[in-house]
Amino acid sequence: MRQASGGSMSAATAALVLIALCAAAGPAACPSASAASLHDAIREAQRKVVKIYGAGGVRGLEAYQSGLLISSEGHVLTVQSYVLDTEDLSVVLDDGRAGSVELIGVDPVRELALLKLNVEDRSLPHFNLAAAPAANVGDRVLAISNLFGIAAGDEPVSVLQGVVSAIAPLEARRGAFDASFRGNVYIVDAAANNPGAAGGALVNWQGELLGLLGKELRSRATGAWLHYAVPVDQFIGAVETMRSGRSVDERPIAGQAPADPLALADLGVVLVPDLLPRTPPYIDSVLPNSPAAAAGLRPDDLVAFVDGAPMASCAAVSAAVARREKFDAVRVSVLREGRLVETELRAAASGDSPSPADESSSDAAAAGDSAAAASESSPGAPPPGAAEERSTEDDP
Amino acid sequence: MSRALYLLAVAVSWGVADVYGAAAPDPAVLAAQDARTAAIAKASAATVSIFDATGAGGGSGVLISPDGFALTNFHVTAPCGPAMKCGLNDGKLYDAVIVGIDPVGDLALIQLLGRDDFPVAEIADSDKVRAGDWAFAAGNPFLLADDFSPTITFGMISGVHRYQEPAGTLLEYTDCLQTDAAINPGNSGGPLFDAQGRLIGVNGRASFEKRGRVNVGVGYAISINQAMRFLGHLKSGRIVDHATLGATVATRDDGRVAVDDILETSDAFRRGLQYGDVLVRFADRDITTANAFKNVLGVYPSGWRVPVVWRRDGETFTADVRLMGVHDEAELAALVQQEESNPSEPQPGDAPPPDDEQDERPRPKLPIPGLDGLAKNRTLPKAVAERYIARPGYANYWYNDQAQQRLWGRYLERTSLDEAGYDWQLQGALETGGSFTLAISETQADLALPTGRFLASFAEDLSQQLSPPRSGGLLVALHAWQRLLDRGLRRYGEVYYLGRLPHGPDNRVEDCLVGYFEGMETRYFFADDGDLTGVELFAADDADPCEITFSDFAEHAGRRLPRRWLVRHGDGVFAELVIADWTIADPAAGAKAEEK
Repeated sequence: MRQASGGSMSAATAALVLIALCAAAGPAACPSASAASLHDAIREAQRKVVKIYGAGGVRGLEAYQSGLLISSEGHVLTVQSYVLDTEDLSVVLDDGRAGSVELIGVDPVRELALLKLNVEDRSLPHFNLAAAPAANVGDRVLAISNLFGIAAGDEPVSVLQGVVSAIAPLEARRGAFDASFRGNVYIVDAAANNPGAAGGALVNWQGELLGLLGKELRSRATGAWLHYAVPVDQFIGAVETMRSGRSVDERPIAGQAPADPLALADLGVVLVPDLLPRTPPYIDSVLPNSPAAAAGLRPDDLVAFVDGAPMASCAAVSAAVARREKFDAVRVSVLREGRLVETELRAAASGDSPSPADESSSDAAAAGDSAAAASESSPGAPPPGAAEERSTEDDP
Repeated sequence: MSRALYLLAVAVSWGVADVYGAAAPDPAVLAAQDARTAAIAKASAATVSIFDATGAGGGSGVLISPDGFALTNFHVTAPCGPAMKCGLNDGKLYDAVIVGIDPVGDLALIQLLGRDDFPVAEIADSDKVRAGDWAFAAGNPFLLADDFSPTITFGMISGVHRYQEPAGTLLEYTDCLQTDAAINPGNSGGPLFDAQGRLIGVNGRASFEKRGRVNVGVGYAISINQAMRFLGHLKSGRIVDHATLGATVATRDDGRVAVDDILETSDAFRRGLQYGDVLVRFADRDITTANAFKNVLGVYPSGWRVPVVWRRDGETFTADVRLMGVHDEAELAALVQQEESNPSEPQPGDAPPPDDEQDERPRPKLPIPGLDGLAKNRTLPKAVAERYIARPGYANYWYNDQAQQRLWGRYLERTSLDEAGYDWQLQGALETGGSFTLAISETQADLALPTGRFLASFAEDLSQQLSPPRSGGLLVALHAWQRLLDRGLRRYGEVYYLGRLPHGPDNRVEDCLVGYFEGMETRYFFADDGDLTGVELFAADDADPCEITFSDFAEHAGRRLPRRWLVRHGDGVFAELVIADWTIADPAAGAKAEEK
């Protein structure tokens, strides 16, 4: 038998074998199989999702949302919203216990908030962010949240099922969706992001956390509602920062202000005089023997991106650069004769730069732009796109 | 290549014959698919497409008995009037008639006509449904199916024991199932099935809010257990009411659920429930929140009796409590009329959904043959007219009349008591010791018990004749029974069929006839075999009834008679009589007495 077919086995037949193996090896892929473990996984995950009640209740603004327990002592991760904007914030656990919370920190870019439940209990069920797997396109997922505020008291929150339809940056719909986060998200085919669902969990069929359900987003262009979750690897660093109390910064970039901010002059770039409300950021001149000169920047280059973020004015460029430490490398992309020219600039080393470890952590916390996060990556968790490409080989 | 060989080796070791064979789907997957298509085929046959008389709207339904009874939503039948056209997936259109409605629970029972072998849905126990179960809805969303083959939408149970607020006091969804299987306009009244194709609920509602009237992953189904509990009532042709405890509860600061208001006319109050008592269990469910109580309460019809457990000062109390109606009859009838002319809330029923902005335009005509005639000609189809009697307080009195005659006719045939008259002499023993004698006639009764001798005169105001004391009116109750035997259903006073509800010490669900004469309500309970198992006399609305439970039936002089009578009143047993001898005077004499 092996004789008959082994020699002529093509890539196509190998793939077919693979499909057959997947089907046999993964009974979870079939809805009717392993029902007990699916029920258990759902029940376990429901226990780690909390109901949050706060401000709202008028003019179509729901006064409730969902949250995730992420530590045994009651840290609750949720979405930053008007619901949290009250003194009377209350969290109800799966078993019906209700408690007050305090706000530990927020991440304005990802629109996250970290709460701490005032409870004695040190053994609360919780999601382990550090152990969270990444999902691939086509994976079956469950959205677990208190959408529409349906569950109250000790009633378990709702569960919806679907698959990951795509992994794509929210940035791809910039302008259409009103979100400040632009990194990769899981797009799902379940109606996961209804009112009250924000802060809920996207989990796999083992009940492991894949992502955090975002707030409702509707395309201004098409009127379509987006159903999505922010992958754990996109916010795990930010959560660590918030937990350590380093992030109550309301500016678009989380983390502390740079101790020694970078200036355009350090790079040797002089922009045209900033006369208009939005002066196009053309380079007026380049200082000799400067990093800019070394990188080949020229007068009349138009600065298009700084570290991947689009720049619309001289003021924006100055501000973007000023958010970096003096020792940071900065990627500056300019338009020259219709072509995009990429450069990387670093101010002259002053010899007192901090250790690389600190640098990388501040980088992760500051990862407001998706391009940097996606291509440079935070160590440990591969970007979802990469995982997707590996999927066919990894599954068995 | 080494990987390919490895994979091949694995395939071989699993018994796959060759590489081309390995391309065939896994047998487990195929089996699951076969099971699913079989479940859908079975479920589809019992799914009904319902169209209203104008052909402009409709909904869905599900057949539950071969003689054509089908469940749907009240808000589907409300605009239809007494007649509907119903399509099945055999492609045929059947006449259907309204049977009974439950406007609070948004349920309606209709009967499809013309066959006695309709396909029916297999009924599951919806209390066993759990979040995470697979489920599918069948129905006619957007009236897509010209051939009445239902649209199937597959999904998961998102939650159980859900509560959705009513609109006013109608259309309340309690203890319902929540699913992400798509529920759209036109799905209303249609079935929700489990993965095996067994009926677990009746779809009727969805959360929409700002996203327009299409599915957003949150649909609700009335649990089939609730529907089946109401079925006996719905078959009475009445407008069925839901129940209230006669007390309200609130969740206290300490998390306990306590009575914060109670009607002194309620059975709960008479059973000892007081202001401030902590409710522990209700109808065999733990009550942990005020919501949970509201949730459980909503699945019971008015008049149902449920066990209640409460605590006061560390002491636990238990009692079976009769639930009272939420509305009085006239109030409910008025609300129904209002709902029929002016629906209160957008529901996923009445498809096709009109565009809000374009509501004025003529509604699209359905391309379904057979509906045109119905739209033009509002006279009822013959088959429907034969089974429809309009009467205030009823959805369709014909069914009530039928049930009365069926129960009473079977009872008389079984017992030969129709000529028994009023003159009875009984004697026997009390279960607690001692003996008794009873002499009863059309005008008076004389009961001798070890505790004394008790008289009643039926010529006087009966409300003053409730002897013996602490029986609740045993002698008047017996008189009422004799009156029904003598005069029959038509000349007794007012008689109607209530439906099926729990009765007796073991709370068995039985048929109940209600009779009124001289301002007193008497309930007659019938076992499924036709025996009269009990009589309950309510001397006043706010008083405990005299409850007589009959058992130990035996032939006696050509008649079937109960030889053991358990008489209860309030919390206690008044007496248990064991009859040794029962003399019924010459029937002719009884007939003569009647002529006078």
